[in-house]
Amino acid sequence: MNALIPLVVLIPLGCAALTLALPGRRRAQQTITVGALIAMLAVSLVLMWAVDTEGPLVMQVGGWAAPYGISLVVDRLSALMLVVSAIVLLAVLLFSLGQGLADGDEDTPVSIYYPTYLVLGAGVCNAFIAGDLFNLYVGFEILLVASYVLITLGGTAPRMRAGVTYVVVSLVSSILFLAGIGVIYAATGTVNLAQLTIRIAELPSEVQLILNLLLLVAFGIKAAIFPLAFWLPDSYPTAPAPVTAVFAGLLTKVGVYAIIRSQTQLFPQSSVDNLLLVIAALTLIVGILGAVSQLDIKRMLSFTLISHIGYMIFGIGMATAAGFGATIFYIAHHIIVQTTLFLAVGLIERQGGSTSLTSLGGLMRASPVIAVLFFIPMLNLGGIPPFSGFIGKLGLFEAGAELATTGTYWLIGVGALVSLLTLYALARVWSLAFWRTRAAALGDVSVTPPSTTEGLVLRDREDALLERLHDAPDAIPRQEQRQIPTLMVGATAGMVTVSVVLTLFAGPLFAYSERAGEMLTEPAQIARLVLEPDEDSQLGGGSGRTFLESDEDAGIQQREEVDDGS
Amino acid sequence: MTMPLVLVIVMVVMYAGGVYLLLDRSLTRVLLGFLLVGNATNLLLFLASGSFGRAPIVGTTDPEDMSDPLPQALILTAIVITFGVSAFILALIYRSWRLSRQDEEDSVRIEEQELGLADAVDLTTEEVTDEGLAGTQEFQEPMRDGGDER
Repeated sequence: MNALIPLVVLIPLGCAALTLALPGRRRAQQTITVGALIAMLAVSLVLMWAVDTEGPLVMQVGGWAAPYGISLVVDRLSALMLVVSAIVLLAVLLFSLGQGLADGDEDTPVSIYYPTYLVLGAGVCNAFIAGDLFNLYVGFEILLVASYVLITLGGTAPRMRAGVTYVVVSLVSSILFLAGIGVIYAATGTVNLAQLTIRIAELPSEVQLILNLLLLVAFGIKAAIFPLAFWLPDSYPTAPAPVTAVFAGLLTKVGVYAIIRSQTQLFPQSSVDNLLLVIAALTLIVGILGAVSQLDIKRMLSFTLISHIGYMIFGIGMATAAGFGATIFYIAHHIIVQTTLFLAVGLIERQGGSTSLTSLGGLMRASPVIAVLFFIPMLNLGGIPPFSGFIGKLGLFEAGAELATTGTYWLIGVGALVSLLTLYALARVWSLAFWRTRAAALGDVSVTPPSTTEGLVLRDREDALLERLHDAPDAIPRQEQRQIPTLMVGATAGMVTVSVVLTLFAGPLFAYSERAGEMLTEPAQIARLVLEPDEDSQLGGGSGRTFLESDEDAGIQQREEVDDGS
Repeated sequence: MTMPLVLVIVMVVMYAGGVYLLLDRSLTRVLLGFLLVGNATNLLLFLASGSFGRAPIVGTTDPEDMSDPLPQALILTAIVITFGVSAFILALIYRSWRLSRQDEEDSVRIEEQELGLADAVDLTTEEVTDEGLAGTQEFQEPMRDGGDER
């Protein structure tokens, strides 16, 4: 079973090489890419099943024992992330196939699209299975370089402008990460996560704090948490719709994943947990205020993306098994829903010719299918019961109430408010783009605007807004009312179905997330698995419980006691 | 376990210069800044090994005298990544420069070219080589026009 682990990286990388060797053979490239992603999904599902029944899987690359070789580790969290990523990558690719075929590839003109997309997938998966800080860095670099190419695809002026911001910001975060690795190596003499679990605990707390903050800043830029999120709404919306969808779904979550890993495996006794709670609250509030003030749907969704990262940081900041479990569920939910929404916006853009709320209208009548495909994830993201967004938030609030500190109560309040504001921001899109009549949207004087004040304000601001948005894509409406390819609608409908399935099977999935969260609070257990492969990984990892009972390592035991005490 | 002070000073100066350049509006300066900061970080990794000895090759060096090979492996990887990213930024600079240079009629011409490109196959590289635009003078231009790039 362990041999399956590297496949999630090898399959997309190998197929990327293959597609690169077939320039211009678009049909062949598409077949290979779809095949690779389906294979990735299958492998991820098998891994998830294996990890849940048999415990974490560890693979030592090249047969070199743990502290010397490179370890690949898949625990419940990684396995879930792999499955969700594979689903998202596949759905978005199908969507882009539909779009590309109909557009004559105006948005994806070059044959590097498919290889780059696969490399992006390989980078994401590599980050998720890394058992080694440097391998995590390499995973980040692979996905970042692929994302540089995708975000500047076609090389149009607005994309170059947005791309430059994105590239420079990402470079800075990468260098901070690399410097962090250097400093950690200087302090501990290892980059293996399992060994770091043990060695970092032995460092003086001031040194731990510095290392922790360094990594937190590096990952925070990638995860787009509050003071470090300025780049995201600027760069994401200009990319082609499918690229934005996959970026919004996956890339920030890789940053969140890295924060979870560093807070659980490297710094379980972190003294920045309270700081994380404050950051979570600020991310939630500032993000959603940005979303409420936007009139472009893509920008608005980018701001809700930032805002909802706050929920995940909230769960991480609590540093309890329940908090981590709820965070993991929330990440899975958010990846799916945010991607679905961006895909739905891609459909809106095609149908209405724009993503600006000032010029959209009457979509309800024009295309009821799109309306449904937008409405369901909208309620889901807004946290309306019984959808998975509600369940995830409920889990977080429960975990917060269990901890019962002033900070968590504040965050529960903020979280509920932000949930409401998210719904408000999305409902505004709904009422303007879908319910408003087309004539009202075009400012036809013979038609009274449905909501007079809002309509008037909108029209007054239209000129200023277009001025401001002239860098954003499609400020000037494109050709309207085109036929929408079935594959685009199908891929979006598929994602909506996945999000509904996530709701229907929320019980088992939430239980799985809780088990994953429990696993995270016992980093010593995974450390053992990696460093002493003979007993465990060969036999499929054994069960964690026997480990805890026979935990002989005094240092680890002690740290766990401290953890319980705090 | 001695840490050469010179290397530390060099690293600090490179970081300082690199950060200064990264903050510039001109993309070319940003690239130079990135290269400086990247190499300063490589130096940091190198210094992180702590011990300085002979080449870590079994059989030729006594294990006692060996320097730590792991940071060197990390640096190699980091250099490769830096190289790739620098190449991409150069392409980005070139493209921004071309875009910023266009006046109205030029931009129309380019758009037509792009539409033509959409149908053809993998022409982006040919486009660059065909027109021989990698000439030195044109590559120097962005430094002068840096202010307008963004």
